Amino acid sequence: MANAAVFRTCPATGLKIHRPAEALIKANAVTAVVFLAVGGFFGLLVALTRWPAVHLLPADWFYLALTAHGLDVLLVWIIFFEIAILYFASAILLNSRLAAPKLAWVGFALMLAGAVITNVAVLQGGSSVMFTSYVPMKAAPHFYLGVILFAVGALIGCGIFFGTLVIARQERTYKGSIPLVTFGALTAAIIAVFTIASGAIILIPTLLWSIGLVSYIDPLMYKTVWWAMGHSSQQINVSAHVAVWYAIAAIVVGAKPLSEKVSRMAFLMYILFLQLASAHHLLVEPGISSEWKIFNTSYAMYLAVLGSMIHGMTVPGSIEAAQRKKGYTNGLFGWLAKAPWSNPAFAGMFMSLVLFGFLGGISGVVLGTEQINLIMHNTLYVPGHFHATVVAGTTLAFMAVTYLLVPLIFQRELVLKKVAQWQPYVFAVGVSGISLFMMGAGTLGVARRHWDIGFADSLLSFDYPATAFLMMGLNGLAAILAALGGLMYIVVVVGSILFGKRIGEQPAERPAPVPTEAAAVGAYGSAETLSIPGTVVLVGVFFTAFVLYYFVNWKYLSEVWPLQ
Amino acid sequence: MSDTENPGVESSQADDGNEPIPFWQNVLDNPFLLLFLGVTIPTVLYVIWGVMEIVTIPLAK
Ligand code: HEM
Ligand SMILES: [Cu+2]
Repeated sequence: MANAAVFRTCPATGLKIHRPAEALIKANAVTAVVFLAVGGFFGLLVALTRWPAVHLLPADWFYLALTAHGLDVLLVWIIFFEIAILYFASAILLNSRLAAPKLAWVGFALMLAGAVITNVAVLQGGSSVMFTSYVPMKAAPHFYLGVILFAVGALIGCGIFFGTLVIARQERTYKGSIPLVTFGALTAAIIAVFTIASGAIILIPTLLWSIGLVSYIDPLMYKTVWWAMGHSSQQINVSAHVAVWYAIAAIVVGAKPLSEKVSRMAFLMYILFLQLASAHHLLVEPGISSEWKIFNTSYAMYLAVLGSMIHGMTVPGSIEAAQRKKGYTNGLFGWLAKAPWSNPAFAGMFMSLVLFGFLGGISGVVLGTEQINLIMHNTLYVPGHFHATVVAGTTLAFMAVTYLLVPLIFQRELVLKKVAQWQPYVFAVGVSGISLFMMGAGTLGVARRHWDIGFADSLLSFDYPATAFLMMGLNGLAAILAALGGLMYIVVVVGSILFGKRIGEQPAERPAPVPTEAAAVGAYGSAETLSIPGTVVLVGVFFTAFVLYYFVNWKYLSEVWPLQ
Repeated sequence: MSDTENPGVESSQADDGNEPIPFWQNVLDNPFLLLFLGVTIPTVLYVIWGVMEIVTIPLAK
């Protein structure tokens, strides 16, 4: 059936590549990168405004920029990139044709139109409602319309993914179970369906309300259903970037999962329980019972956290196993020292893993615990936490995998290789900075989404400790570094796509080239070893840090809220 | 080889084609079952339960 005009063979992995799928991956990835550039620029403006000594933008522009930043990076960049990942993990990794490419283009067009419409609404100035758009704040109708169109387009993308799974199975393009990376993408797609359905349930009435057709939307109802979308969409990110970790580990060092079974069970924990954690956004809302809050954020969420810990252990473990097999067996960490640190795909992936776990994971469990959440609720600690998850975790992982997509899918060599090599490090240091300094300021009580912590012209003034001002200054410096890292990424990627040296093609009818170890990415099979002492030590360090920090916060709570 | 002998069976079991597929593998190999679970569980435990609590808040007099 393989038709040379529709398929080509990937020289590195031996995978058959469906050209219409490839074109869609390119379009979605490029659009994603463009919106990252726009949204990242707004992020820099926001950070420079929150730096008291600079205080760049006036108040109305600050809230406009903050709205645009949240939307363009959290929604547009990440979801466009995820659609590219879904198509890659289905059509490409399964050697299959993509279901209904024309419909996929319709989905792409809807997402693009929606993103542009919402951006226009925000830039017109009447919709500075933040990306959460809590009622009764009212944005222009086309703000909601744009988000809804975007969501419909993304839902089409998920449908194409499921359709492709069905086709691949019927046409028997793969053997046995789908590869682990595809399974991770499936997890993301499943969570996406729930996410988008919740979004539709709440945003369609809100659109009607902004036009005047519906008279009232209950704020608590809005928040509850909105976060079924808002939080779950973060879980799409987690699933997708974990899949990307496995993919990069497989392609770059030929790593096979330690145990297919265990890794798949960890993804299953995500499918079943991760979305319930949405309730952590409502921990201080009156009107919802503690039973609901505690069930959804504790019991259920810990099962999902368990899933993350499994991935956090098995990804480095699989890398260690693969490296040891190659003979890098010196001591505990010889495998790690000899890892390909100058390959930006590997470096970005590994730092994404470490930062997501240490900064994002630990602060997330702390914030998600009802009692200690009270110390940090609605402070800058919250953006500090999610810049560790969604920027150091997801964004850095997606950046890393781009360095593989450029040669494999765009068939171009990277330009400015030195810049590419440094990029993940610059970005990781910058993002760790904004994350830690915002958490620091938040611990001192500095509010999020707040234009002026000096309270210069307010009736009731308040003095934050001087350290809080210092934190905001350091945050501004780190933001410049992060923005520089983002810019380096964009220059390398856009430059390579436009000017990179073309990589020769393998027509599909020629005998498939001998696949390299990278073929592990499309295969089922475990590494079948558990001798990973280095990883065990790393995990031990992680748990110690986790437990210490967790209890420090309870101690802190007992001081701000003494019980005698 | 058992691949061609019993085409209905998943080929991951090709070398021991007659061994039954483990229960969990069947669950994990069924994307639509997973989709059903992944949508139903949060809909019931988070959305429906949460919304029920909100609509039963008594009105202020
Ligand atoms: C150059 C890189 C970035 C910098 C310097 C930056 C900085 C900031 C700052 C200072 C805030 C405002 C906190 C507040 O006042 O409440 C913020 C908010 C936020 N950022 Fe970033 N950020 C960057 C990249 C990203 C990326 C890549 C993402 C998502 C993938 C992201 C997602 C968000 C979100 C969702 C908010 C919350 C907006 C809101 O409260 O409505 N940021 N960022
Ligand atoms: Cu959340």
